[in-house]
Amino acid sequence: MAIEVAHISKSFGAFKALDDVSLKVNDGELVALLGPSGSGKTTLLRIIAGLETPDRHPDAAIRFQNEDVSGRAVGERGVGFVFQHYALFRHMTVFENVAFGLRVRRRATRPSKEEIRDRVERLLALVQLSQFSRRYPSQLSGGQRQRVALARALAVEPQVLLLDEPFGALDAKVRQGLRAWLRRLHDEIHVTSVLVTHDQEEALEVADRVVIMNNAKIEQVGPPDEVFHQAKTEFVMEFLGQVNVFRGRVRLGKATLGELTVDYPPYKDDAERPATVYMRPHEFRIQRHRNGQPNFAAKVARIHSAGALARILLRTNAGEDVLVDLSLEEFGRLRLREGETVYLYPQNARVFVPQLASCAASGEYAI
Amino acid sequence: MFHYLGNPNRARVLPGFGITMGYTVLYLSVIVLLPLSALLLKSAGLGWERLWQTISHPRVLASFKLTFGAATIAATINALFGLIVAWTLTRYKFPGKRLMDAMIDLPFAMPTAVSGIALTAVYAPRGWIGQYLEPLGLKVAYTPLGITLALVFIGLPFVVRTLQPALADLDQEIEEAAASLGASRLQTFWRVIVPTILPALLTGFALALARAIGEYGSVIFISSNLPMKTEIASLLIISKLDQYDVAGATAIAAAMLAISFGMLLAINAVQHFVARRAEGGA
Repeated sequence: MAIEVAHISKSFGAFKALDDVSLKVNDGELVALLGPSGSGKTTLLRIIAGLETPDRHPDAAIRFQNEDVSGRAVGERGVGFVFQHYALFRHMTVFENVAFGLRVRRRATRPSKEEIRDRVERLLALVQLSQFSRRYPSQLSGGQRQRVALARALAVEPQVLLLDEPFGALDAKVRQGLRAWLRRLHDEIHVTSVLVTHDQEEALEVADRVVIMNNAKIEQVGPPDEVFHQAKTEFVMEFLGQVNVFRGRVRLGKATLGELTVDYPPYKDDAERPATVYMRPHEFRIQRHRNGQPNFAAKVARIHSAGALARILLRTNAGEDVLVDLSLEEFGRLRLREGETVYLYPQNARVFVPQLASCAASGEYAI
Repeated sequence: MFHYLGNPNRARVLPGFGITMGYTVLYLSVIVLLPLSALLLKSAGLGWERLWQTISHPRVLASFKLTFGAATIAATINALFGLIVAWTLTRYKFPGKRLMDAMIDLPFAMPTAVSGIALTAVYAPRGWIGQYLEPLGLKVAYTPLGITLALVFIGLPFVVRTLQPALADLDQEIEEAAASLGASRLQTFWRVIVPTILPALLTGFALALARAIGEYGSVIFISSNLPMKTEIASLLIISKLDQYDVAGATAIAAAMLAISFGMLLAINAVQHFVARRAEGGA
């Protein structure tokens, strides 16, 4: 079921949690709301669920399949909600927890005892917890509890599945496993899902599309690949992945920072303006000699090579830190030593000028 | 969920199991066990026959019925209304909340005789409230109803104070989860909230009950203390002692002890069962 959020704002006293936010989620899609804490992502999720009411506004609406559900209570929206801290009923067994949503139905729509049992057992098999049906939540691990919570939410056959930092309380290893499992589950049941997370890896890995939020607003929406490689705002650029930030200036279609000059066609004025230039750690080459291509000198400060990539921290003559990721192969070929001076050849740079559209100066550009 | 004992093999920061355990055993022996065994010994000296005779006397039986009956009713009322009071005090913010919260402890702090006199003044036929109840045919002071009222008065803080932390612990997400699964407000309350706080509610009930069974000061003022009608067991013990019938008094006391112990044991058993469910087997 498609979800449409239109012109939603929400204030808690003087704090603005959401500021005129609009968003569309397609039928069967898994969308991640990603942002730092306080960015409004959880509030947006809770408003979609009906656990929170948006501020009044003539154009404000929450539509499920083009039908306005703003007036409906959470129980009438057909949503399944999964909470960060599981929110399981601790006095009920796993089985009873999952069956709860079916047992509280009015008699006319309540399935028979056998149907409930069949359905709960199917769901427990789906979340791989069949053998735990008689356990109590306190006898399960965190990951198992969250799977129970998911089965419980799915038991009412929701049109929309909403997950609020579902793996936030789990340790890294479990989180990674559950993340992959959730994606497989979604491919299997195809229920329209919205996942709130502050873990970018999680969002980029699991979601069909990522919504990046900051300061009560949506910064950018797009497939993981797109938001990562084509950041539209400085916030997205800095928030996703690691990035080196340089302060520079633009003038006459060029951006300058230190010894380096980068093409920046959008700004052709003669008046100089400050600009920020971003370069990802993996978008550098390191060489011991200067050639004709744009480069700048830096001293190797620290080498960290225990991983899939060698991570080199360098310091420029101006005292700025630069982080560079090299493949282990390249690293082995170079045999870098801490303290030696090398030349960095940026392969790609993104320039942002305040109040101007961003532009990527990419590839084998000239000075 | 919690392991109160922790890992037995792990070194503790604070030592002293030996000395604290020793103190606990000694303290319980001197303060609790010694007087109780003296009581039992004394009544045993009476011989089974006289013991039974004393206890099965109609006047004694009537006083037992009144004491345990009124105490049970009072504790039940307190469990119900104490839940509402505790709910209001933990859930909502309103002006005067702290004052109201402090008032809960008043029945605790007041000398029981003061409570008794105050209640009597209000509910006596010519009292503030009593004068309006009298024409309705409702007599409060000097009747079992008055006794129950006094027991409700003194038992309230026990229920409220045990429930408050349990209610404060309730996770709002649990209610939201129930609501999102389609449960009505009533279903959420009965199926989710009540079972979760039941162990605390039972503890509060047991404490209020125990207190009510032993209450003396406030009751003797609001009760007319008529044998067979409004005479509580504690008063009967006193009057036996006044007549130098120490053996008779201890016999009644021993019987009360046995009944109280049995009731608390039963409540504990229920509580254990409920708590096991609430905490999840184990």
